[in-house]
Amino acid sequence: MSEHRKPVLGSNRVPLEMPGLDPRWSRTRLVPDSRSGSAHEWHYLDTLDELQKLGVRPVGTILAVHGNPTWSYLWRDLVSASVRAADAGQPAWRVIAVDQLDMGFSARTGVTRPLAQRVRDLADFTDSLALDGPVVTLGHDWGGVVAFGWAVDHPDLLAGVMSLNTAAHHPAGVPIPAPLRLAGTRGVLAASTETTSAFLNTTLRLARPALDPAVRDAYRAPYGSAERRRGIGGFVADIPTDARHESFAELQRIAAGVAKLTVPALLLWGPRDPIFGDRYLDDLVDRLPHADVHRFEGAGHLIAEERDYAGAVLDWLSERGTTSGTATAPDTDTDMSASFTPLWAALDNRRADADDAVIDMAVRGGGERHVSWQQLDDRVRRIAAGLASVGVQKGHRVSVLVPPGPTLTAIVYGCLRMGAVVVVADAGLGVQGLSRAVRGAWPDVIIGEARGLAAARALGWPGMRISVARLPWASRRLLAVDYTLGEIVERGTSAPLPVEPAADDPAAILFTSGSTGPAKGVAYTHRQLSALRDVLAAHFGIDEETGLVTGFAPFALLGPALGTRSATPAMDVSAPRTLTARAVAAAVRASDSRIVFLSPAAILNVVATAGALDADDRAALATVRTFLSTGAPVGEALLAAAAELMPNAEPHTPYGMTECLLMTDVTLDGIRAVGGAADRGVCVGSPIGANRVLISALDADGAAVGAPRSTPGVLGEVVISAAHLKTAYDRLWLTDRISTLNTPDDGRWHRTGDVGHLDAEGRLWIEGRLPHVLTTAEGPLAPVGPEQQIEGSAFVRRAALVGVGPAGLRQAVAVIETLPAVTRPGLAAPDVTGDIRERSSVPLVAVLAVPSLPTDIRHNSKIDRTRLSVWAERTLAGGRITSP
Amino acid sequence: MIVAVTGASGYLGRAVARDLVAAGHEVRTLQRRASGVMGATDVLGSITDRDALSRTLEGVEGVIHLAAKVSLAGDPAEFRSVNVEGTRLLLDEAEHRGVSRFVNVSSPSVAHSGSALEGVGAEPASPAHARGEYARTKAEAELLALDRDSHAMRVVVIRPHLVWGPGDPQLVGRILDRARRGRLPLLDGGRALIDSTYIDNAASGLVAALHRAEHAHGRAYVLTNGEPRPVGELLISMCRASNVRPPQWSLPAGIARAAGSLIERAWALRPGTDEPPMTRFLAEQLSTAHWFDQRETRRALDWAPTVSIDEGLRRLAAHAAR
Repeated sequence: MSEHRKPVLGSNRVPLEMPGLDPRWSRTRLVPDSRSGSAHEWHYLDTLDELQKLGVRPVGTILAVHGNPTWSYLWRDLVSASVRAADAGQPAWRVIAVDQLDMGFSARTGVTRPLAQRVRDLADFTDSLALDGPVVTLGHDWGGVVAFGWAVDHPDLLAGVMSLNTAAHHPAGVPIPAPLRLAGTRGVLAASTETTSAFLNTTLRLARPALDPAVRDAYRAPYGSAERRRGIGGFVADIPTDARHESFAELQRIAAGVAKLTVPALLLWGPRDPIFGDRYLDDLVDRLPHADVHRFEGAGHLIAEERDYAGAVLDWLSERGTTSGTATAPDTDTDMSASFTPLWAALDNRRADADDAVIDMAVRGGGERHVSWQQLDDRVRRIAAGLASVGVQKGHRVSVLVPPGPTLTAIVYGCLRMGAVVVVADAGLGVQGLSRAVRGAWPDVIIGEARGLAAARALGWPGMRISVARLPWASRRLLAVDYTLGEIVERGTSAPLPVEPAADDPAAILFTSGSTGPAKGVAYTHRQLSALRDVLAAHFGIDEETGLVTGFAPFALLGPALGTRSATPAMDVSAPRTLTARAVAAAVRASDSRIVFLSPAAILNVVATAGALDADDRAALATVRTFLSTGAPVGEALLAAAAELMPNAEPHTPYGMTECLLMTDVTLDGIRAVGGAADRGVCVGSPIGANRVLISALDADGAAVGAPRSTPGVLGEVVISAAHLKTAYDRLWLTDRISTLNTPDDGRWHRTGDVGHLDAEGRLWIEGRLPHVLTTAEGPLAPVGPEQQIEGSAFVRRAALVGVGPAGLRQAVAVIETLPAVTRPGLAAPDVTGDIRERSSVPLVAVLAVPSLPTDIRHNSKIDRTRLSVWAERTLAGGRITSP
Repeated sequence: MIVAVTGASGYLGRAVARDLVAAGHEVRTLQRRASGVMGATDVLGSITDRDALSRTLEGVEGVIHLAAKVSLAGDPAEFRSVNVEGTRLLLDEAEHRGVSRFVNVSSPSVAHSGSALEGVGAEPASPAHARGEYARTKAEAELLALDRDSHAMRVVVIRPHLVWGPGDPQLVGRILDRARRGRLPLLDGGRALIDSTYIDNAASGLVAALHRAEHAHGRAYVLTNGEPRPVGELLISMCRASNVRPPQWSLPAGIARAAGSLIERAWALRPGTDEPPMTRFLAEQLSTAHWFDQRETRRALDWAPTVSIDEGLRRLAAHAAR
């Protein structure tokens, strides 16, 4: 067996000039076929010599297998990145990337090579290299199946499995994806895959943005003639469409083997893939439940060309790959041993109670709905049992597209009670955002109203469909509804109640608002949701007798868990600004509540409609003891105006986020107490209960690199820990890794992406978002502090501070909405500019006035500073002026 | 030390000579008319006059070379004679006389090809790409000067950007003059972000370059206040400080550039010594961002501006009120 460098240049040789591919990595090798005794020449990339030249010993080997119709060129970024990493002193991984036989620059064997043969081929190849462990496999497309096959067959060498878009199994009864169905049809197959290079070109065209022409040519290089393309056709013909196919048994064998793997696994996915979509990712996650998964939203089949998969692979290996053997245990949790009371415990306790549990005054079309504890508990049990009876299991994901109200409450508790994972995305994401979220979470069940189900049908969302309303037969068929909620409840009457889930079982996936990029799914366990309930009860003194009025949907759901009655005031629950002062008073009266939760948008309208309150209303509001603005921090003036309506209530404005709903809290008195402080930013108060808040200092580049500390006055990223903090981001391993990178070892921590500082009393001041920090020559500068100074001007309605110029030399620009508003964007008037310059403690290079600042519609307070800074840069460069 | 300043009858040259005198140096100046700097010894003559150069540099240790033909239009031969040949003669004489520090005053326009410059350093001078005779000849002069940097004579090139201040006949004077005659449009609303340098800072920066020649030699530095401003805001502020009605009209920059090119050509044919109302170079200067990274300049010269733009404007107003 000879291994030789390949200076030979023939039609089947790697041309030397290909972007990103160093010819020194290229090898050929004659490998005997273990069955036939003949030998075939393999072409492959191998970094062993490079690593030896660097004088480093590999910690293991990455065995990379391309799919159809690519070749080892696919892995060039990983090859170069791994050598660079080794050179930089990081763990050295040898990379071997093969061209499968009949593919790339490997030999054309002249015989068809079904899946089982290909798996054996790869074993013959690694045998001939006498490849030693540990080996981590990496595959893409059908190469992923071959790589999994090798992994299943080499347990002694295997240290991990990694894959980009692939499939280990094709579910029976599901039609194979249309593009392949067409390509696999006899006649079309030969024409599209061999005679012409249509299949090849179609695949290469999937990349977004489009491939560089030189890269496209490199992919095409080994497939110049029909003869050389035969492997492509062979591969497509080998896709097992049903059980009669010769490769079906091998695929079954591999799929079953994958499900038994316990080594660390990494799945990197581009969901915009017409072939290997989220369905296949979900199947793999079921087989490899311990896998680290990252879905690159917006990326597609050629994810290797679209995203930094090489960086992700190496980062992952540095965390998981060198711990050989089994998957790493989940982070040990300091709160693991803490006592745990299930969310439905109060329902159990009050199951015989005929008092109101939920009062819904927001019924569409008017009226109120009262649901007693008895009724609610009964409904929850029936839904739990009914869902189980139609095949929903513990751990299944249930996407709930139902507006807030007693029905949503019953469904959510029903799911929690049986261990199904509730997936909740805000309708405010819009259809597109919602669709991304639902597809990303890949639910097993969708429960919705006709509108949600119609979207599910039209947008091809997965899962069993349950309609909350009874539907006429025709619409039921049209929407492909499997059951109505009534039928589920009916079945639940006789079905047994499933076993309760355990504290550390997953309970919910809540989607972020998406105001800071595509919405992210945030995973919670039962223990964490229960901890949220407990911290809420303890901090605000909520007990059975308190009662809650909730004009803010997420907290409305917590009422039954808190064991106290909750009332939703008359309003359009999807539009908080429709809430009036009278409606709040009526809800307080109806539920005799001492606590009121409102969102900032709702408070604005409640204050605006206070004139309509009569004496009774005022008397009712005077009984309120605690009032919370939840969602985004509100200013002193608005909070004070609301407090006047509830003269005996202490107003609070807590700070939190989807990842940790209650972090710190400050009262109106607390805000007033810090009024004279020199601190920049918005004071959001002190950590609630046992929550911990630290600051990771920013460096000159605006990166939060400092070890998290409590030193006062240091600007940095806010890092938090709480018993009710998220478990992880769902299927966003890289995002999750960044959010927990370099955090303390004790307990679960989360990097919030918010920047601010702690003061000497341990209060937290928020100064903006991490991406909005300006890296000036004097150091990092957060926007909120100067914005508050600028907003002190009588000329200014709202202000945003953004940067122009290169990183490290960003110059601060104030972009303002003026009073009265300007009609066209441009330089602010000289007097306005003068006043603003005087107020700002940071030097401003320019003051620009715009008719309106680009604002996230769901968060009236969140100005899109990233977009605004691009606009300011263009405007101040002297280009044509547009609106921001 | 004995320091020679060329072009000391100009606005910046005079300020530099004064600073040097105040710092206790013996100052000799070379220009065609009296410098008016108390305490300095004037040598009257042209930069192209070998005798005058010889007399000026007798026993001199340091040179700050500011003499130049600065104009938006004019005879190309004259630009070349003063800016290129004059600098060459001065360098020859300085080497010959054993001058050890040579500060050549240049202009950021030597590296400005018309596109926006945002936060850049001192790019190499490029005579081929510079716009207009002034920038082209200054670029050549800068390359000549840097070429002479040696152990014996440390050459530093400083490019002050848009120097202004009270009593300045060049920039402020022209702006006010144009504004009074209604010939000063804001191009594209005057949004382009530009750097400028208050006179005191420009002068102290040049003196710093002379002192720090040993550290800073062999390269060019852009020198500014490090406070970019929209060009419109700066022009309006200058007019307001000087009680002149600020520009009231805005012109699309594309039109101004095209008009500038036409007018430039017309002025070349037309007899007379006045300046054209608009040139392509001026249109670009008034409509494209050009502001600079000052970190390296401040480090190398161990210098920082002492008068902010706001303070400079107050001084401009105080001067106008006198």
